[in-house]
Order: sequence, then structure tokens, then C-alpha cells
Amino acid sequence: MTLISDLQIAAPEILLSGFALVALLVGAFAGDGSSRFLRAFSTVVLALASLLAFRQVALPPEAAFGGLYQTSEFTSFAKGVVYAIGAGALFMSGGAVRRDGMERYEFPLLMIFASFGAGVMLSAGDLMSLYMGVECLSLSSYVLAAFLRDDLRSSEAGLKYFVLGALASGLLLYGASLVYGFAGSTRFDQIADAPYSIGLVFGLVLMICGLAFKASAAPFHIWTPDVYEGGPSPVVAFFATAPKIAAVVVFANVLFSAFGVMEDQWALIVAVLAAASMLIGAFGALNQNNIKRLLAYSSIGNVGFALIGVAAGETFGTSSILVYMTIYVVATLGLFGGVLAMRRDGKNVELISDLNGLSRMKPALAIALTALVFSVAGIPPLAGFFGKLMVFRAGLQADLLWLVIVGVISSVVSLGYYLRIIWAIWGKEPAAALDPVDFGVGVTVVASTVITFPVLVIWIGGLINATSFAAAG
Amino acid sequence: MERMFEWGGGVWGGVGLAALQILAFMVILLVSLAFLLLFDRKVWAAVMMRKGPNVVGPFGLLQAFADFLKFVLKEIIIPAGANKTVFLLAPILSLTLAFIAWAVIPVAPGWVIADLNVGVLYLFAISSLGVYGIIMGGWASNSKYPFLGGLRSAAQMVSYEVSIGFVIITVLLLVGSMNLTDVVDAQKGGFWNWHVFLLTPSKIALFPVMLVMFVIFFVSALAETNRPPFDLPEAESELVAGYQVEYSSTPYLLFMIGEYLNIVLMCAMLTILFFGGWHPPWPAPDMEPGSIASLLGALMFAAKVIFFFFLFALVKAVVPRYRYDQLMRLGWKIFLPTSLAAVVIVSGYVVFALPRAAG
Amino acid sequence: MQLIAFYILSTVVLLSAFLVIAARNPVHSVLWLISAFFASSGLLVLIGAEFLAMLLVVVYVGAVAVLFLFVVMMLDVDFVELKQGFLNYLPAGALIALALLAEIGVVAAATAAREASGFDPSPGADTNAEALSRVLYTDNLMLFQLAGLILLVAMMGAIVLTLRKRPGVRRQNISEQTNRRREDAVQLKDVRPGQGI
Repeated sequence: MTLISDLQIAAPEILLSGFALVALLVGAFAGDGSSRFLRAFSTVVLALASLLAFRQVALPPEAAFGGLYQTSEFTSFAKGVVYAIGAGALFMSGGAVRRDGMERYEFPLLMIFASFGAGVMLSAGDLMSLYMGVECLSLSSYVLAAFLRDDLRSSEAGLKYFVLGALASGLLLYGASLVYGFAGSTRFDQIADAPYSIGLVFGLVLMICGLAFKASAAPFHIWTPDVYEGGPSPVVAFFATAPKIAAVVVFANVLFSAFGVMEDQWALIVAVLAAASMLIGAFGALNQNNIKRLLAYSSIGNVGFALIGVAAGETFGTSSILVYMTIYVVATLGLFGGVLAMRRDGKNVELISDLNGLSRMKPALAIALTALVFSVAGIPPLAGFFGKLMVFRAGLQADLLWLVIVGVISSVVSLGYYLRIIWAIWGKEPAAALDPVDFGVGVTVVASTVITFPVLVIWIGGLINATSFAAAG
Repeated sequence: MERMFEWGGGVWGGVGLAALQILAFMVILLVSLAFLLLFDRKVWAAVMMRKGPNVVGPFGLLQAFADFLKFVLKEIIIPAGANKTVFLLAPILSLTLAFIAWAVIPVAPGWVIADLNVGVLYLFAISSLGVYGIIMGGWASNSKYPFLGGLRSAAQMVSYEVSIGFVIITVLLLVGSMNLTDVVDAQKGGFWNWHVFLLTPSKIALFPVMLVMFVIFFVSALAETNRPPFDLPEAESELVAGYQVEYSSTPYLLFMIGEYLNIVLMCAMLTILFFGGWHPPWPAPDMEPGSIASLLGALMFAAKVIFFFFLFALVKAVVPRYRYDQLMRLGWKIFLPTSLAAVVIVSGYVVFALPRAAG
Repeated sequence: MQLIAFYILSTVVLLSAFLVIAARNPVHSVLWLISAFFASSGLLVLIGAEFLAMLLVVVYVGAVAVLFLFVVMMLDVDFVELKQGFLNYLPAGALIALALLAEIGVVAAATAAREASGFDPSPGADTNAEALSRVLYTDNLMLFQLAGLILLVAMMGAIVLTLRKRPGVRRQNISEQTNRRREDAVQLKDVRPGQGI
């Protein structure tokens, strides 16, 4: 039976979707009482899926379902990171979910569906499955953003995300249909073989717009700060990490594998997107006081850095994208763990000033956050520095000197607001005490710090090797 | 005789003959409908231990014709605020749809106006359009009760159509064709081959499933035609007469004929899908299209339709009306999951077990 | 004969489609839309795609448009008021319409250049339904299942965002009602005259 072998190839996604369906039935009959159990179980399943996805990296690339599903080392590696990060986000969400009244069994399932969508779009070998994955991810994300439905800001975030996301999906779909019209196929490999035509470029540009929206690259970033600010923190921790790396890698994958021959056409577009994202990320964050908004701008900027790798093209950029995004999402997950830990008198607080004097109240958390912030900012010897180094090197190899200069400038500018956080933590007098940190949050923050600081720094060679192996495939 | 009923799908010549055939079919239908109406009232009366209509003609046989004349001769009253075009279009649409559905009903071997390959789907499509007559009439009357009646009817028919669709799918899966003649022929050779009492050795495992499907189809057919106990769109104790409040004389007549035609159509569908169509309940030799035997087949078909019509009339007489939320619950929470499960079971059986059982 | 039918049907489609946007009354718009759907299903029958034609009627006319009509009737929108901003948006709208038209033209030209082949309503199969189901359930099984999952997510989303469990609501429990026996509800007491219970 070919169906069986297809299912084996797509094992991580089959595991996730099968589990989600069963869990949905369990939840529907057992009610919200089963929510805790389902959340724990979902975390384990996501972690398992991550292992399965990393196993795909080691296997030779395979196609299933008539080419609709395609594994490659590049995308499978990203998929493994996505699932692992999803598991981490779910793991640390427990306390916040309980306290904020989100204890409903649909919550972990929507997270699973979102990760599943990310996985499908990563493994897409066809425009149709790409779109299906994007939609699955987006739809679950809209609902997750509005999950606190009685909270005005959360509803606003969900609505904004939905309206703008629908527009982006429309652009993506319109671009895809143009590409299909001119290439005569929706399969990536056949699009790559299609003769050049102006319509194909039109479709490509529209698709880039749609994908850039999903990755929140400027100038399609406008939704990001509002959604990050309004959405429930555990959800935003997920948004900022797993879908982010998925979107960037999909962006790269589509351009490399379907439009690789047209690199001259899109390299400049992507470079401009990258430059705009980096600058907007750097300057937009400067006068933000809300830490979630600040992290939103930071994520826009960081997507910009990753896009340098995309603009550098397949030969130079691939491994740098993976290294950069992996390091970035691991650190960001920890940072959002920090956001989750910011509670005073049972309420969430989100201002930078609420971090004042953290070093004296919770030294361990303060040290961890400092390390994470420095890593995201790209200060040596933290892992983030190597990520940036790789990306800049790829840019230089591809003769994108101006882009690298923009990158360096915005790195320096962005140091300004990163240092504000550090100053608040170490330099200011403590305000009222923060509530104790949840176990899950603590573990996640420590884990991501340990990964960012010693592990990835020592093992950076290993990561680079792994990713360049992944990229070579 | 033979030629007359044989030509159908794909032949464009002889338009006149087609028209004649259709006309004959319509006349037969209308005349039998007149007596069925009387039959309906008689059954109803008998349950209530009344005599029913018995004045016009012997045993009241001509009652329906008298009613017809009365309706036609009255003045058509159109409410001042009504949307005139839609108001008049609604009953016409209702009647037309009820008639065109009959085009694919095979009455006996070869006795069918259009032997479509997708006959079942055609029937399903046309019956799903029936709601428009009601909803348009309810809206165009520009009056509260008709509007509420129209809305109720729309929700009700859309809900029950889903389970009807699934029930039809189970039958189609068993037959392997969407042609109604094929559906009937799959059930020949005795009542144990009928889909309702599926006792054929190779398919006996599906006997309980198909019996349940038959019940669901029957009840959904009641709901689909707005018959009691699901006559909420025209529930007189709540909505006076629902969407028909503002209608009088001929437009009302058209509505009523359309409604009854739909009921008879549902009876015919029950006959075709579950009760073996024109096949007698015992093993009988194949009927040649157009032979005397096929005439007997047509009579067999008619007898079965009348039996179902009797059941419809009986239900109207003995079952109290449902409440609206109960109606929705029955449709969505009981019929839909059951019929969905049945589709899964039947398709699984047809794919995996049937080839083995059939050898 | 087929040609005549084609011209009649396509005229009806175009006319109804135009009237959908031209009609003043929103309910009339929906009715014209239904007419357009119906006539286009006739066109599908003409090219031999009878299964698709019936599905179009069942799904769009029989279900989607009914709900449309339902909503439009219930909403009672004042379209005259809605249309007041119409002229303001006209230039932008016209531009987009032109762009879309141009795109359609470009795609059509590209398709025409790729040598039009004879049309087969049911490629590689006996019937339309068979050909369609092969594409849906065999070739693109994964997409079909994914679409199902996406719809499931959408449904979950709608439930998550809107369903509220109100306390103190007494729901009808049908099985409880039907399982109730006389012994549970009625008690026979032998009442003596003049003494009460």
C-alpha cells in the first residue's frame, strides 16, 4: 500500500493531527476538566513530533502524497525546531492559562493545530499544500489571539490579526493562482522548470507579500505590535517563536525551490524587505514602554536579519537562516517566559518599568533575562552573536554589502532599547515585589538560557554543521 | 407504446412528442393527486371517527374537483405592501419545482421521461430548491406570520436535507450508481433484496443499518415536506397559516398542489430507494419495457406510493406537533450523526467486506 | 440545438449576474444570484459535467443561497444609505476591477498560447463523478483531509469564541423524559371521603 508509506513519511504531522482529533473528542465529552491532562499530553506529543521531524533530517528527502508533501533536510530541521518550541510554549503556559481563565480544552489543541499547520507548510512541495498549511496555522492563530474573548484587547488583537491575515492570505492565494496560470502547475519542481514570463513575476511578488505578512516582515508588519500587546501572553510566546521560524523558512524554501532560477528577480525585493524590517524593528522599538510591544518590534527586526540570509540566496544563505532563526526563537521563548513571570498581585504587568530592580528581587531570573536579551541583541560571546555573524557573512558572500551595513547600523540602534531593559533590571530601584514564578516558566527560561549561553556557544560548530548538512540537502 | 417511453436523455428530436409525454404525465399526476387529496382527508377523518368529505359525488369522490373550481374562480388578493412579482412568483416556482422533479422518476421499466445518469442527485437538487417557494412567499407577503413561517421553513428544510442526503448516499453506495433505474433494478428478485429489508446473504450485515436509514428517511421526508408533526412553518396555533396567510385563490391552490406533489414525490422516492420501485415483493421474471408486465409494474409502483401516502396521512392524524427546538435537536443531534455513521459503515462494508462476501 | 441552449443559458447567467449588482432590493439581488447559479449549472450540463451541475445546485442554490437569503431578509439593511459612499470608492473600485480584468486577460492569453486541447468533462473515467472523485480522493487525498482539518479548526474557533455556558439554564433531557415511568411521577393514594390526605 502506498498510502501506508506516505503516512510513514509524513509521520510527525500524522501523529499531531491524529492526536488532535482524538483529544478533541476526549475534550468534547470530558469537558474542560480534562484541560490540564490534555495540555500535558499535548506537550509530550509535540515533543515526540519534534523528535520525528529531526529524524526526517537524517533520512534522505522523500516525497509523499504525489509530491504534495516533501521532506528536505532544510525544512525538516526547521520543523523539528517549530515543534520543540511549540512544546516549550505549551509547557510554560500552564500557570498563566489557569490564572487568566483560559483553562479550556481547546487551548492546547489549537496550539497543536497551529504547529501542525506550520509543519504542513514547511513540508509543502506544492502551492496547494503550502496554502493549506498557511491557512491552518493562521486560522488557529486568529482564534488563539482572541482566546481571552471577554478581554477587549485580546478580542481586538484577534480581529485585527484576522482581517489583515485574511488580506494576506488573499494576496498569497492570488499570487499562487497567477503562478499556476503561467507555470501550468502548482508543484514546486515543475514551477522551477517553467519558462520565464512576466506573469510569473507578478505571481511571485504577490506571494512574497503574503508570506512576508505571515513572517511579519516590514512593510507588512503593522499587525505585529497590536497582536503581541493584546494577545494572551502564553499565546504570544508561541506566535513570536514557532510560526516565526516556520514562516521565514517557508519563505526561503518557496523562493529557493520553486523560484530558484528567478533569483535576480526576487533577491532585491527580499533585500529591501530585510532592510526595511531591520530599520523599523530598530527604530520602532526605541520609545516603547510595553515589553510585549517592544518584543514585537524586536521580532520584526530579527526577521529582517534572517531575511538577509534569504536575500543572499540558496548557496550562501540557507544554513545561516536556520542558525539565526533557531538561536533567535530559543532566546525569544525564554524572554517571553520572562514576560509570563511578570505578575504582581495576581495581575499581569507588561511595562519595562515593572522590571525595575529585578536583579535584587529575583537574581536568577534577572541573570537569565540579561543573557537572553544580550543574545537577541547579538552581543558576543552569546549565541545570538554567532547567528548574526553567520547572516552577515552570507550577505557579504552574496555581495550585499549595503544590506550588511544597514544590518550593523540597526543592530547598534537596537542596542539602545535592549540596554533599557538591562538598565531597568540592574540599575533601577525595585518596585513592589513580583509574584513567584511558575515552575514551567522557570524551567523554560533556565533551559532556553542554558541553550543560548553555554550550549549553543560551545556547540555552535555542531549547529552550523547540522544546518549546513540540512542546507546541503 | 414502446417507442413512446424509451427515448429520453440525449435525444433532441421529437420535441413535440416529449411535450406530449410530459403533458400526459402531468395530467395523470394531477388527476391522481385529486383523489389522493380526498384519500388524505378520508384517512384523517377515519382516525377521528368522522366521515370526511362525502357530499360531492359518490363518497365525496369529486370533492377535490369542486375545491379546485372554487379556488380558481375566486379573486386573487394581493396585499398592498406585498412585493408583487415575488409574491406571485413564489407559488409558481413551488409548483414548477414539484413537477420537474417527477421527470426522473421511473414508474416502470422504461417509463421515465428523462433517464439521467445522476437522477438521484437531480431529485435531491430539485427537492432542495423547494424551500425557495416558501421562503419567497413568506418574505413577499410583507407580513409577520408569513415571514416567520418562511424563516422556520428555511431552517427546517436545510437541516433535514443534510440527513436526507446522507441516507441517499448509503443507498447509492450499495447500488454503485446514481441512476434511478439502476437503483430500482438493484432491488429486484423479492422483498429480501429491498434496501429496507436487506436480507441478501452478501449484505445481511447491513440489514439493521438500512432499516434505520429507512426510518430516518421517512421522518426527514415528513420534515422536508412540512408535514405534521413537523408542520411548524404553517403551525396554525402559532402562525395562523405561516407563509400561506396572505395567499388566496389560485396562488394558494398552486402552493397546495405543489406541497402535495412534493409529498407524493417523497413517497415515490421512498418506494424507489427502499421498497424496490416497480418490483413485486416476490421473485418475478424481468419486465420488458413497454410490455403488459411493465404496466403491472407501474401499478405495483403506484400501490407502494399509495401505501406510503397512507402512512403520511396517518402520521398527520396521530402524531402531535413538535416544538421547534425539539425539531432542530432531532435533525442535528440524532439524525445527522446516525446517518453519518451509517455512511461510514456502509462505505467501509462496500469497500472491504462486500468483495469478500460476494466471492 | 446545443448552441441555442448555450446562448440562452449564458444570456441568463450574464443578465442575472448583472442584476445581482444592479437590483435595488438586496433580496432581489440574492434571487438573481440564485438564477445565475441555476443557469450556470445548466451550462455545466451542456458541457457534460452533469455531476458538477447537480452539486452546484445542491450546494450553492440549495444550501448556501438559502442561508444568504435568510440573512439578507433578517438583516433588513438599508442599502440606499449603504450606497451613499459608493461614488467615493468608485475610482479605487474601478481600478481594482480593471486590474482584475487585465489579469484575467493575461492568463487567458497565456492559456490560449499553450494550445487548447479538446475538452473532456470526465478525463480518464466513465463518468464525471468518477473523474472528480479520483482527483479529490486519490490524487489529492492529503489536501482533502487538510481542508477538513481547516474547517474543523474554524468550527472549533467559532465555538471557542462564542459558546457560553450559562449557569442555571434548565435543558430538556429527552431520554430522562421518555424513561420516566408512572411509578416515578404518580402516587395513588386511597383518599377517604371527608378526611383528606
